[in-house]
Amino acid sequence: MTDTELVRHAKAGDLAAFEELVTRYERRVFSLAHRMLDNQQDAEDVTQQSFLSALEHLAGFREESSFYTWLMRIASHAALKVIRKRRGLPAESLEELSVPHPEFIATWKESPAKIAQQNETGQLIEDALAQLDEKHRLVFLLRDVEGLSVKETAEATGLSEANVKVRLLRARLQLRERLTRLFGDPSTRLIPHAH
Amino acid sequence: MKCEDMLALLNEYVDGDIDPAICEEFEKHLAGCNPCQVVVDNIRKTITLYKDGQPCKLPVEFRERLHSILRQKFQKNRRNTS
Repeated sequence: MTDTELVRHAKAGDLAAFEELVTRYERRVFSLAHRMLDNQQDAEDVTQQSFLSALEHLAGFREESSFYTWLMRIASHAALKVIRKRRGLPAESLEELSVPHPEFIATWKESPAKIAQQNETGQLIEDALAQLDEKHRLVFLLRDVEGLSVKETAEATGLSEANVKVRLLRARLQLRERLTRLFGDPSTRLIPHAH
Repeated sequence: MKCEDMLALLNEYVDGDIDPAICEEFEKHLAGCNPCQVVVDNIRKTITLYKDGQPCKLPVEFRERLHSILRQKFQKNRRNTS
């Protein structure tokens, strides 16, 4: 059954349909929460809150919209709320204007698949992601990991599409810089051209 | 096209969302600029590294608790509306 059909059945009182929706997306919501918050308990809380919120507001959900995008929106807001509470931040900070220029440029020693297979690299990869500012990390996770379009990412985060693109570029470049320092072959290092 | 201009278009090029005329300019620059070629390749590999990873598995106990709480809430909502 499609998500739309499951939502329709769930709205009509079919518990199994709602449970199927949860089963379909629980790992992705949990992964997003875990990568945003870097804490298992917080990730569990956000996952639970997200599905409870989806259940609470299911009656008002328009079936022609994407349930998945809507769910990601709920989870994103819940995760950001935890982060802001941790740091005591009341509101959004100003958007930086500059984009980081590549400094360490080198070809990677191995393919992503080979790198991912090595035991010692998993934590390094997650640490690089955790070092991103949360507003860049969220956009990267939604767009590049979860596969939402720029438009869907904008809807899920409440940002403009232009802001999504800027944050995505910053995230990609920062991750590239960190990962290339870890996995790049120093003997292939190139000097960036003067700007 | 200079390296600076390339940065501004990097997302669109990597995502295949770029205007064909600009794409041609972009690729012309890439053909003569090794650092930019490597940066584009690095970015593609960076995305693949995170995208191809499997989503975290829910801890078993948490999953059971989550589904139990949601079932209870679902049934409570049904009772309240019927």
